[in-house]
Amino acid sequence: MIFSNWLRRIDGYALTWRLPVIIWQVLFFLAPLVFMIAMSFFLVKNYQMKEAFEFVNWVKIFSKGYFWSSYGLSFGLAFLATITATCIAFPASYCLAFKLSETARRWAIFFLIIPFFTSYLVRTFSWYVLLAESGVINNIIGYLGIGPIKMLNTMFGTMIGYLTLTLPLVIILQTLSMASIDKNLIEASHNLGAGRVRAIFSVIIPSARIGLIIGALFCFILSFGDFVSPYYLGGSNPPTLPILIIDTTKSGQQWPRAAVIATIMMVTLMLVALSAIKIAYKKR
Amino acid sequence: MSDQNKSNKASRRKFIKQTGVIATALSLPSILTSGKALGAPTEINMLAWYGHGEADIVAEFEAMHNVKFKPKYYAGGDNMLALIAQSPPGTYDLILSDGEFVQQLDKAGHIQQLNPSDYPFDDFIHDDFKKFPGHWRDGNLYSAMIRFGFLGVSYNRNAISEKEAMSYNCFWNKNLKGKVGHFDWHLPNLGTASLHDGNIPSPFNLDSIQWGKVQETMMSLRSQSGGFFDYGGSFNSLKNGEMLAMCGIGDWITGALERDGAPVTSVVPEEGGLQWTESYCIGKGSKKAAIANEFIRYLLSPKGQVKSASMAAYPAFCVTNAGQAALRKDNMFEAQRTGQIEGASNNPIKLINDGRIHYRDIPVQQSLEDWNDFWSEYKSS
Repeated sequence: MIFSNWLRRIDGYALTWRLPVIIWQVLFFLAPLVFMIAMSFFLVKNYQMKEAFEFVNWVKIFSKGYFWSSYGLSFGLAFLATITATCIAFPASYCLAFKLSETARRWAIFFLIIPFFTSYLVRTFSWYVLLAESGVINNIIGYLGIGPIKMLNTMFGTMIGYLTLTLPLVIILQTLSMASIDKNLIEASHNLGAGRVRAIFSVIIPSARIGLIIGALFCFILSFGDFVSPYYLGGSNPPTLPILIIDTTKSGQQWPRAAVIATIMMVTLMLVALSAIKIAYKKR
Repeated sequence: MSDQNKSNKASRRKFIKQTGVIATALSLPSILTSGKALGAPTEINMLAWYGHGEADIVAEFEAMHNVKFKPKYYAGGDNMLALIAQSPPGTYDLILSDGEFVQQLDKAGHIQQLNPSDYPFDDFIHDDFKKFPGHWRDGNLYSAMIRFGFLGVSYNRNAISEKEAMSYNCFWNKNLKGKVGHFDWHLPNLGTASLHDGNIPSPFNLDSIQWGKVQETMMSLRSQSGGFFDYGGSFNSLKNGEMLAMCGIGDWITGALERDGAPVTSVVPEEGGLQWTESYCIGKGSKKAAIANEFIRYLLSPKGQVKSASMAAYPAFCVTNAGQAALRKDNMFEAQRTGQIEGASNNPIKLINDGRIHYRDIPVQQSLEDWNDFWSEYKSS
């Protein structure tokens, strides 16, 4: 009875349109996620995974100091990248949204999309030419009697990689968000005596809050899970969580322990995303 | 039916006929050149370190025997074991193993017995190689050694002198702070630290006190460390001067750079060096064991040994006298550079006989997991 009532209440038309997304999410997100969590309880014997329900992998990972160091480092670097990208992107987005014509803004966004046409790995390796001790930047500052400065295989290198990955995306999201602000609100704030800075903090940032936070969130998510930059530009020195996952699987084939690390990463990202969305949509 | 309709029908029939002829004509070249018509090459699945399935090594053999190698590359013996353990029996026809991992492959039943008379053991350059540890069990052969090399101190000649490089203490040199790179695998790095601590002749057979000391030694190097690299990363960081010395590698990385004129080289320090050994096994259940065996024989022939010693990805020493002689005839520069000539101070056999070389092994008193755990801890510290 209850089931038939429930069936009657389902909107078939809406369900038909939503079904592909639901199927996709179940097949390629939910099912692998459940499998990954289940795998974290498996055991490895003679390099082969055996189905089991043991907490040994969780205990092992939680008891290792290097896991917590990597966790702190990954979170800290991703947070720093988020703050840096947001701060660098804001003036650029402000300019694109308010100072350029519609046509110029479209071109600018097009140019911001262009970096995504090439592989991220290729873009990362291209930094070698610039950042190496014998590279372009050190050669230039060498003429001024400075350096050479070590940039590759450092956290600075990792940060450059993170920004290469995320900055264009953050600028695009911020620009689209700011461009949709009602200009009358800004003019009204000026009429009421607010200067440019006051208008930014009192009108623009609150109005574009959702876009700004979503941009920052994307930056955090992409940086937190990135393997390429900390490995190739940071020299794995010290390793972040994605590198630890690779190390764990490479040696001893400890996929269950890698699943523990991955699950913790997923939970962290979920918490960060939920908090960010809550702040973004909080009523004033 | 009108004449016009008749002509239309005729034209449709004509059209179908013509397109049929054209389609057949167009598909004829692909039919003629298809695998069946030409005799498709037999595919040989190979599991190996990078470079072993590349054209400079396999192309000639492929052409001679109408085979095609399908390599899957790995880095590190435990990585190899894991890949095999997760594949159905017979997946890999040829398995290139680090010498110390052959016994594990055999123990797990992943490889099949070989016939010793197929290989030129009488011509091997050192008696140890004829009965290499782990390659034989109960008098039966399971793996054929094809090449080897040494690990020691790899360095930039502009940064430190050869005299300094002749001791592992150079890694702690103040001028190399942040410039000492690591090949990202626990075995060669911890083996090196063990040699530095004087654990001779068994750097991998450590009791708990020795193991504790090795960990201390390694940890004291952390402030000097500039990064952890894979094969490509090690290559790049030495080439662009980001790293001035590397721990856990040898001529197998610097050799290729040296050949290109980079100011880097490798030495076996006074404390001793480690030998890496590469040996071919035939996977149990392989349906192509005969041709796989033929390939091992090819690599142990003088021509194959020259190819192996001069491999583009990373060089190595020959294991047969005939191979060395062929290398000297074919590429004297490489033979001289690597000491594969009579009387050279860095002659590999002389170094082994002088007791300065220790065969790389897996930890005897600890598990691989212990060593790997410590390695992760070291990297994160």
